[in-house]
Amino acid sequence: MTSLRTRGTLFLFAVPALILYGGFFLLPAVQGLRYATTDWDGYSSTFNDVGLSNLTDVVSDDDLFRNALTNNLKFLLAVVVGQTALALLLAVLLAARSRASTALRALFFLPTVLSSVSVAFIWKFVYDPNFGLANSLLGAVGLDRFQSAYLGDEATAILWVAVAQVWFHAGQMMVIYIAGINQIPPELYEAAKTDGAGRWQQFRHVTWPMVAPATALVIAYTTLQSFKAFDLILGLAGNPPRSGLDVLATRIYTTFANSQLGYAAAESVIFMIAIAAVTLLQNRAARMVHG
Amino acid sequence: MRRFVLGVYALLIVVPLVVIVGGSFKTTPELFASPFGLPKSPTLDNYTTVLAKQDMLGVLGNSLFVVSISVPVTLLLGSLVAFAVARLPRWPSRILFAIFAAGLAVPAQAVMIPQYVQFERLGLRNSLTGLILVNIVVTLPVAVFILAGFMRTLPAELYEAAELDGAGPWASYRRIAVPVSYPSLAATAIFLIVMHWNDLLYPLLFIDDPDKRTLPLALLDFQGEYLTEYPLLFTGVVVASLPMVLAYAFLQRHFVAGITAGAVKG
Repeated sequence: MTSLRTRGTLFLFAVPALILYGGFFLLPAVQGLRYATTDWDGYSSTFNDVGLSNLTDVVSDDDLFRNALTNNLKFLLAVVVGQTALALLLAVLLAARSRASTALRALFFLPTVLSSVSVAFIWKFVYDPNFGLANSLLGAVGLDRFQSAYLGDEATAILWVAVAQVWFHAGQMMVIYIAGINQIPPELYEAAKTDGAGRWQQFRHVTWPMVAPATALVIAYTTLQSFKAFDLILGLAGNPPRSGLDVLATRIYTTFANSQLGYAAAESVIFMIAIAAVTLLQNRAARMVHG
Repeated sequence: MRRFVLGVYALLIVVPLVVIVGGSFKTTPELFASPFGLPKSPTLDNYTTVLAKQDMLGVLGNSLFVVSISVPVTLLLGSLVAFAVARLPRWPSRILFAIFAAGLAVPAQAVMIPQYVQFERLGLRNSLTGLILVNIVVTLPVAVFILAGFMRTLPAELYEAAELDGAGPWASYRRIAVPVSYPSLAATAIFLIVMHWNDLLYPLLFIDDPDKRTLPLALLDFQGEYLTEYPLLFTGVVVASLPMVLAYAFLQRHFVAGITAGAVKG
């Protein structure tokens, strides 16, 4: 058992970090709640207390915010479904060790080390309606009718950003799945094979249930990432983004840049609540699916 | 079937990267005329423009400066907390850990506005010092999470043996915890380097002075200036990404471990 003196010293170990983290992260987080109840523009010396009206406006009377929320949820759904499925598929195909699979794993992981702005510029060129890679390729193989304006198409723009996001991070999620798959005892597959299970049935009855913890992890992380997709959107869409590409994080930033600091703080509060709500829903769903 | 899927995805990763690197040696008309071809008469004009006119070397220097201080400091502070979490009795340990874990659920976008006000008031905005400080506090929770997760799995006897010799916790931190946690520290370091190197949010919020820009911010400024002059954008991408990609090539296993640990815990 640690002596009291040792405990005291151990506590001192944490003090520098507690001071910085408390002072420059937790304290502002709490101050944010205060700013959310004012009409402060961010630079004037005075401001008025407006109570909860910012918060109620954000929730009930703000088309820009609602638009950003809708875009963010579309983006979230597309990325979570697309990225999870792709990561699992790649992991299943690459779980066995071989020289080729090690090399491919390394390649698929590579985009993760790039900066979001770099990834944004790469995809900006892929999507360029006139000179971009996507339309050039489609044209070259005679599939002109599938050519599209991509980011220029307000209704689907956010989904094209989702594709870029999946390209960016699927390799990272693949690694988590590979770790999960490698923990499955080989006997389970042997038993399934003895029972005459084909490859799909092995996946369905062994791999899928056994990687449930990895799936939960991948979905939780992807969800948080989708809410944070700020850099990628600004890189692809410019600052401030058009309404079809506006998400919650960019909306908060734009509101703030327009000298509505109090209102932006209120949007941040609702942003946190939205994240908490989605996380809660996912936990519930996970419990329902896995008992 | 397996080969087909893997082959297609490999092309999806490789082709855009090859086009980017090749494009950085082309003129805009050549890029548009043949995006996939090798540069016919490779030009270094884009690199001259980016490095000289845009002062990317200065920007690169800023990024290096920020990361070379923010990462070691975060590691030091985070590992001290992790050590305390691993060694303190149950309840104090849990409380300490919970304080930092709470930060994991709060995305930077939710606290950036009050932080802006605070840093402005303290005169820390528009300074690399402020950027270093904010990097440290924002990533401390992840660092504590990864490192405490590791240090908690080490047997208490390991620490106690060192302390029996009359050495205090400081000695057992330095002589036992740090050397034994080396793989975990390396993974955390890489996670932090990638996070701090690539961050756009805080530089965008804090830095006004062009001389103090870091790479992602300078790169974002390109977009406004060059619009669809893709070869220049691509050159910026190559310059900004090369250090990370080279490091990844040599330290691949550490990168995968680090970034995945950060994902799992962040």
